[in-house]
Amino acid sequence: MISFPIIRVITKIIIPYILLFALYVQFHGDFGPGGGFQAGVIFASAFILYGLVFGLPAIKRVAPVKVVEKLIALGLLIYAGTGVATMLIPKSGDGGTQLQCKFLDYEALNHSIEWLGPLSGQHLGIFLVELGVGITVTAVMTMVFYAFAGREPVKG
Amino acid sequence: MILIVIPILALLALTAVAVARIRDLWAAVMFMGIFSFLGASWMLILDAPDVAFTEAAVGAGISTFLMLGTLALTGKTEKPTKFSIVPLIVVGITGAALVYGTFDMPAYGDPNAPIQTYPNPSFVEKSEHDMHGLPNVVTAVLASYRGYDTLGETAVIFTAGIAVLLILRKNEVGEKESV
Repeated sequence: MISFPIIRVITKIIIPYILLFALYVQFHGDFGPGGGFQAGVIFASAFILYGLVFGLPAIKRVAPVKVVEKLIALGLLIYAGTGVATMLIPKSGDGGTQLQCKFLDYEALNHSIEWLGPLSGQHLGIFLVELGVGITVTAVMTMVFYAFAGREPVKG
Repeated sequence: MILIVIPILALLALTAVAVARIRDLWAAVMFMGIFSFLGASWMLILDAPDVAFTEAAVGAGISTFLMLGTLALTGKTEKPTKFSIVPLIVVGITGAALVYGTFDMPAYGDPNAPIQTYPNPSFVEKSEHDMHGLPNVVTAVLASYRGYDTLGETAVIFTAGIAVLLILRKNEVGEKESV
């Protein structure tokens, strides 16, 4: 479809906005509608649009197969890793005692880092797990697109 | 509101019938995309923008593309099939049973429905305090209260993606060098 100038130009114009919207849905998901899954799908659809118009080799230069297939696992690892981190970091209980948190108990991530703003442990935990979901979903959708688009038609 | 709800539901039903009846598969895929967009509009009316997002992006976007990709590999028209009365009866009975089942459900927006009364105090009331001021209850429930479930969900997506790749990448061997 690269020979159609209108499609080519319009695609190039709207892809940044699709990506930007996906990032907005991803990182604003704690405050507005949306979250990791929706953002991942929107992000992947921008890749798919690029692949449809400019061809599979072009999109594989942007998002190489070797990277994307590792991102599938990385997202899940971020999610589960957040859970493990909450078990390892003790939370301060009443009277200065140190309590051990359970898996995915974000209270352990409470912090007092000034430049991170008024983030609480819950904010940080939700942010991290949604990021994990978003990465996994983007990578899975992109890889499924590669798998479908890369097949030769079966003759007969 | 009723002026929007009734046309959307009527169009949903019409599109579903069109998808089932039409023999041209390209047209059927397009109708399925329209069905997804109508479904997304309907979910927006039900105050579920998260689900509407997902429906529009997955249902109308990615699955339409995957269907078209499949058609490019197979064929564009469905083989003509003989009209048979048995599937119609089965579908009719199943549909009637489902409609009968909805009679027991509470009315839409009923304040005494279990979803509004359980748990007490509900997540809507306690979420903002528990989450230190995070306003989105849906995200709070998904990612924090029910964090385990979402972890399982992500694992399901991961497993499904890996399975699809294992099945579909078989004849990509010749392409390996170019990657």
